[in-house]
Amino acid sequence: MTSDQPPRVELVGISKAFAGVPALDRVDFTLHPGEVHALLGENGAGKSTLIKIMTGALAADAGEMRLDGRAVAVGSTAEARALGISTVYQEVNLVPTLSVARNVTLGREPRRFGLISWRAAREKARARLKRLSLEIDVERALGSFPVAVQQLVAIARALEEDSRVLVLDEPTASLDAQETRLLFRILRDLKAQGMAVVFISHFLDQVYEISDRISVLRNGRLVGSAATAALPQRELITLMLGRELERVEQRAAAAPKAAGAPVLAAEKLGRRRWIEPFDLVLRAGEAIGLAGLLGSGRTETAKLIFGAVRADSGRLTLDGAPLGHASPRRALRRGIAFCPEDRKAEGLVLDLSVRENILLALQTKRGWLRPLPRDEQRRLAEAMIEALGIATSDAEKPVGQLSGGNQQKVVLARALASKPRVLVLDEPTRGIDVGAHAEIVALVRRLCAEGLALLVASSELDEIVAVSDRVAVLRDRRIVGEIAGAEITRETIIELIAGG
Amino acid sequence: MSVNQTIEVAPAPRTLGTRLRGLAGHRAVWPLLALALILAVNGLVSPGFFSIRVVEGRFFGSTIDILYRAMPTAMVALGMAVVIGSKGIDLSVGAIIAICGATIAWRIHAGDPHVVVLLWALGAGLLCGLWNGALVALLGIQPIVATLVLMVSGRGIGLMINLIYGGTNPSFESPFLQSLSVGHVGLIPTRLLLGAASFAALWLLLRRTALGLFIEAVGGNARAADLAGIGSRLVTYSAYLISGLTAGWAGVILTADTHISDPVSQGLYIELDAILAVVIGGGSLAGGRIHLGMTVIGTLIIQALATLILTSGVPPEYNLVVKAVVVLAVLLLQSDDARAALTRRNRARGSLGGGSPGGGSPGGGSPKGGRRR
Ligand SMILES: Nc1ncnc2c1ncn2[C@@H]1O[C@H](COP(=O)(O)OP(=O)(O)OP(=O)(O)O)[C@@H](O)[C@H]1O
Ligand SMILES: [Mg+2]
Repeated sequence: MTSDQPPRVELVGISKAFAGVPALDRVDFTLHPGEVHALLGENGAGKSTLIKIMTGALAADAGEMRLDGRAVAVGSTAEARALGISTVYQEVNLVPTLSVARNVTLGREPRRFGLISWRAAREKARARLKRLSLEIDVERALGSFPVAVQQLVAIARALEEDSRVLVLDEPTASLDAQETRLLFRILRDLKAQGMAVVFISHFLDQVYEISDRISVLRNGRLVGSAATAALPQRELITLMLGRELERVEQRAAAAPKAAGAPVLAAEKLGRRRWIEPFDLVLRAGEAIGLAGLLGSGRTETAKLIFGAVRADSGRLTLDGAPLGHASPRRALRRGIAFCPEDRKAEGLVLDLSVRENILLALQTKRGWLRPLPRDEQRRLAEAMIEALGIATSDAEKPVGQLSGGNQQKVVLARALASKPRVLVLDEPTRGIDVGAHAEIVALVRRLCAEGLALLVASSELDEIVAVSDRVAVLRDRRIVGEIAGAEITRETIIELIAGG
Repeated sequence: MSVNQTIEVAPAPRTLGTRLRGLAGHRAVWPLLALALILAVNGLVSPGFFSIRVVEGRFFGSTIDILYRAMPTAMVALGMAVVIGSKGIDLSVGAIIAICGATIAWRIHAGDPHVVVLLWALGAGLLCGLWNGALVALLGIQPIVATLVLMVSGRGIGLMINLIYGGTNPSFESPFLQSLSVGHVGLIPTRLLLGAASFAALWLLLRRTALGLFIEAVGGNARAADLAGIGSRLVTYSAYLISGLTAGWAGVILTADTHISDPVSQGLYIELDAILAVVIGGGSLAGGRIHLGMTVIGTLIIQALATLILTSGVPPEYNLVVKAVVVLAVLLLQSDDARAALTRRNRARGSLGGGSPGGGSPGGGSPKGGRRR
């Protein structure tokens, strides 16, 4: 890759601190044309901060940036775009109330005689989305689509023909294998055309599949950079974590447990144009996985069971007694907790502190008249920060200032803090790093062993396989099959999804 | 700049400079500074501004006067802070004051005991809050529109009550109500004691129950709050009830002071001062945070400024413009973005290498935040 050509992007000695706490410390980063460069590291390592500096969303405290050998100062995201740098940020930063077409073309609307041509904008958006095999109504508001679709729209927006650098911060975090494959095909095309790509992900398989080079950050410092082929996965993980990762035990459920008593049962529960009526029984000590493609109804099932959305047929029973009109409030009070998939829109109150966010569900359970005493709040927050390894300078930090993966941990922490008997998780580990992922899987399994009834919806088959005692497979908004015990493998699930 | 230079700069993160800068980031600093400055200028303009004497068995002096005059607005502003914290706004508070005034005159003329009249007045405020809350929380009407309804009609309702029960602008005598408003307990004006007590009660309601947290959660992200089991409707509702009640309370104090029900001008434009007080105190109209103490500071800034303009001899025609300029200055000082723009300028003017470690504005400009605020 060392031709006479200068690197496309060169970052030298980048430092950045937030309110005195360093996030990046003299980081160098070099990106060549025609290369996919993976930027890896634990949650809170500084990856997003580095690319925000590179793309003008944040100003560095020190250091400089060169583009094709020339020093540049990127003062804003608009300037970055004008320089040919396209970005997909980790937290989808589009406008949920605007249409998909407007979001795709925002800031670069096709014009005729100086005026925006809406027809051309729609065509442009459709064409872009088609490349990602996404055929949706581009005139609907973006916010009405699931996270994965929003993610694809953000990617479509970034695929400008005249871009020279494409920066992708966890673009595949909520995508299924299928969409990821499509994205990678496009990336390979772009690469062949000389595009320089920065790719951030916690999926190491994907990193090895697509990247040419890997740079690793740890605690805001660059700890290594090597050609992907020269860096075996074990070494990579050790580099990221600063320690070795103990082998995650494969499903502890090798010995089939006797499932406990039914706790929460759905009988012919359904909602028109949402999900076909289904039966599902959650038992104490048992983990059920919900697998299926994007749009198959995973989230819908989870929300219906928690009561985030009201069913129009069937019923839910808790310990055999009908639950009546479902609502999140009632569910929580009865010991059912839920982690939504979209942490920014549905999970967190970004301005509130880590402590307050963790507290919310438990506090609802207690009611507004019985506030948890202040020192118990603090103890709870500290315990959760400890248990889930949330990287934050302190519990009073606004949650919006945490890194993406750490925000996700806060969503989990809130649900766990309410001490639920039934836990419904939708994409619980979106954006969580390998080390923490293993710990969370272990934690959840331990809770299950202690009698928790668990429902996990996930686009990650490996996660489903690792966690579940039973798997319900969805297709086209209906449950099409259930498998249990030793039958649970990637292959059987894929077969069911495909309609075998 | 070279890498070496950065290395030299990096390992001194806790200098006095950074500490000051950390302090500057604290939200209480700028409003307090502004208040201190305005008071100081007041002191320069009118000698004896800070002196407090005892006249006719009570404290007397300009600073007491500022507190005294600010009290009704502060009450309204506290309720407004709660509503704004829930991501709403209450434009009807002035109208609620008018309705309370009319209610007081009506019930006094109807011969109720004056303690009962007080309850009637507060009840009227609560009823107004009930109405606003119903429009916003139950019918889902946008707060600005929903409360506009009462803002527009409230003064008319006051006039109607007057007409039916007492004629135009009925006056009344009520030693009890007047003692609440203009009386004094020992050396201290009663309304200051009542104001302090109301503040404490509101603080306890918000911070010694989980209500404050719930309102802030709903104001920050209603969908997330709902999924966390906080019924966002009821919580939103409670905010408007509180605002109705505090406005009613202010109505009692103001009406008892003038002994007349004057729906057309009583509490006119008080909603604007209340909103301003919340914002000067660091509240964001985007919702999600309630700063009770800072809201009171904001009210005091507005009142101290009004006093300053009156005593400084600025021609009265300039009053409003001077007020606007000072308020704008306070708001700019508080804004992270504006300060960041200023420091960035300074830094650009100085050498690039002298960049400060650990500086920068807290939450300067993430791709999502920053700009939108
Ligand atoms: N606006 C901010 N204010 C304060 N601290 C911040 C802000 N943005 C990021 N940080 C801090 O900087 C550090 C690095 O965050 P960053 O988002 O770059 O991590 P990351 O490597 O992208 O992690 P993840 O894998 O979880 O996305 C974190 O400790 C985070 O708390
Ligand atoms: Mg990140």
